[in-house]
Amino acid sequence: MRLVILEDYDQASEWAAKYICNRIIQFKPSQGRYFTLGLPTGSTPLGCYKKLIEYHKKGDLSFKYVKTFNMDEYVGLPRNHPESYHSYMWNNFFKHIDIDPNNAHILDGNAPDLQAECDAFEKKIEEAGGIDLFVGGIGPDGHIAFNEPGSSLSSRTRLKTLAMDTILANAKYFDGDLSKVPTMALTVGVGTVMDAREVMILITGAHKAFALYKAIEEGVNHMWTVSAFQQHPRTIFVCDEDATLELRVKTVKYFKGLMHVHNKLVDPLYSMKEN
Amino acid sequence: MPSNKSVSDAPIVQFTNCRILRSHQLQREDLWVREGKILNPEKLFFEEKGSADIQLDCKDCIIAPGFIDVQINGGFGVDFSLATDDFKSGIDMVSQKILSHGVTSFCPTLVTSPPAVYHQVLPQISIRNGGAHGAGILGAHLEGPFISKEKKGAHPENCLRTFEAGAFQDLLATYGSLDCVRIVTLAPEMKRSSEVIQELTKRGICVSLGHSVANLSQAEDAVQHGATFITHLFNAMLPFHHRDPGIVGLLTSDKIPAGRRVFYGMISDGIHTNPAALRIAHRAHPKGLVLVTDAIAGMGLASGRHTLGQQVVEIDGLNTYIAGTKTLSGSVATMDACVRHFQEATGCSVEIALEAASLHPAQLLGIEHKKGTLNYDSDADFLMLNDDLYVQATYIAGEEVWKQDAKGM
Repeated sequence: MRLVILEDYDQASEWAAKYICNRIIQFKPSQGRYFTLGLPTGSTPLGCYKKLIEYHKKGDLSFKYVKTFNMDEYVGLPRNHPESYHSYMWNNFFKHIDIDPNNAHILDGNAPDLQAECDAFEKKIEEAGGIDLFVGGIGPDGHIAFNEPGSSLSSRTRLKTLAMDTILANAKYFDGDLSKVPTMALTVGVGTVMDAREVMILITGAHKAFALYKAIEEGVNHMWTVSAFQQHPRTIFVCDEDATLELRVKTVKYFKGLMHVHNKLVDPLYSMKEN
Repeated sequence: MPSNKSVSDAPIVQFTNCRILRSHQLQREDLWVREGKILNPEKLFFEEKGSADIQLDCKDCIIAPGFIDVQINGGFGVDFSLATDDFKSGIDMVSQKILSHGVTSFCPTLVTSPPAVYHQVLPQISIRNGGAHGAGILGAHLEGPFISKEKKGAHPENCLRTFEAGAFQDLLATYGSLDCVRIVTLAPEMKRSSEVIQELTKRGICVSLGHSVANLSQAEDAVQHGATFITHLFNAMLPFHHRDPGIVGLLTSDKIPAGRRVFYGMISDGIHTNPAALRIAHRAHPKGLVLVTDAIAGMGLASGRHTLGQQVVEIDGLNTYIAGTKTLSGSVATMDACVRHFQEATGCSVEIALEAASLHPAQLLGIEHKKGTLNYDSDADFLMLNDDLYVQATYIAGEEVWKQDAKGM
């Protein structure tokens, strides 16, 4: 695991965006050779998306040969509902970049057969050659995507009922009215994300600190599903100072000491203009 | 990237780097157009897997819905109340020229005229879509002859009429045909006006109160029977009085039927209404304000003498009077100038100023589902403006129909 600790949310977002940018460009994607990216939603990755859009608008990064797979989507929420993950991805990312709509995959929470939709999604990932880089976040209860506490660490894309913690955390997006928050979602499994060649988890804010501690300093445990990534060969946790508040001083000092190594991954920042 | 052809072959244009007026706010969003209508890009992306065929950089301009002028008597030497041989080419010419003022739809207005004029002119006005040939015609606005003698303004007294005898039949006989009529201005204090208002409203024609000495109660009655507009507020009506506000009182009347709104036209050319009066009206009832030009044949031409139906008008700069008098008769203002003056005089936001010339007239005519906004599936009639609200380009059904040339002419 690499634990990359930046001072604040903005710097963490920028580091993550630069990393993604470099990974895509160094991959040299082209017709028939797409870079596959797994993508999250929520407030944490917003800063990262903004930076990626900035690089795109400056002409340094194109998503023409990038395929994306989102982690999850609510069940039963109309696609054009302002809080659906389709709306989120359109407004915060897709509408600002040059991705081919055929290459932007999001689970359909209104599909007539939800399990078939999940199976088809797994198939699409397989047909795309697997995920090169899966970007995710962490819930306050340590979940990745909607793999709530107790989810199997080998789970695949499926229908999940949301934990009360998650519903409460989401209420702010539904006018604080709990009755309006969806109770079920389709989500990639822990196993699905583990299959990615590389995983990057963004964690910012003091409210996520305890979950980060459980995820990386305690054992692998299905009650804190992000802990599964201790067993993934290439995982990067990108966080801000506040998210490290529950970690051992020793852990933080060790990884901060490695920042000069970590920064070589984002400096120099590549640009497609040079190609 | 090519758009998905499964739904439509038509090219998709994406206007980028602009601020669009949507949901009463200027938002930094792109405007998407296909087949003459505003397109929902999110739906396009997820359902059709489509994308833009053409992307245009709008250089940070403001994009607003095209202006709708519901009271314009002519311009550039053309007088809609004159039954000339080349009437058709006259109206075509005006509709083309007002594109440069940002007007994408209008109601050619006829002032009080003898029946012969209506019988000759009205059949030559047809409701039609706009395009490169000119702004769209929504229907005629007939201002008179059923108006008050005391408030005739510039209208010729010898052509004034009443419908005391035959009510609606009298009106029909005077005009000849109501096929292409969209708005009728009348004085509601006239005998049997309630029947006439009801009948016109039933036929989908907007009834406007103007050139009248009605008191508030008579005006409210008219609204109960269907009237929804006030023709050039303050002008040609009794002045506001604190014990009987007259027609002006409709702005704050509590007798308006539920779910209905009274709109009022304002000529904000700096001449017809003192800015303080403009502000009073705007503050009392902001959602009802509709900017109109009330432009006459002399608009767009040099100062001098021109006609307005049966009258001769003297134009001196922005002032337009019946020749030899101090009676105002129409204006030579352009719609974009009215929008700018309105914004300046009231200090209102750019959004409110633009909506007074687009959304509100569309709401008045009950067409806001397709005109007057930049909502998805609306007709793509819009303007590119700079921050000072000068029109840079005019689009109808998604096609550029006028553009400011480099010299700023």
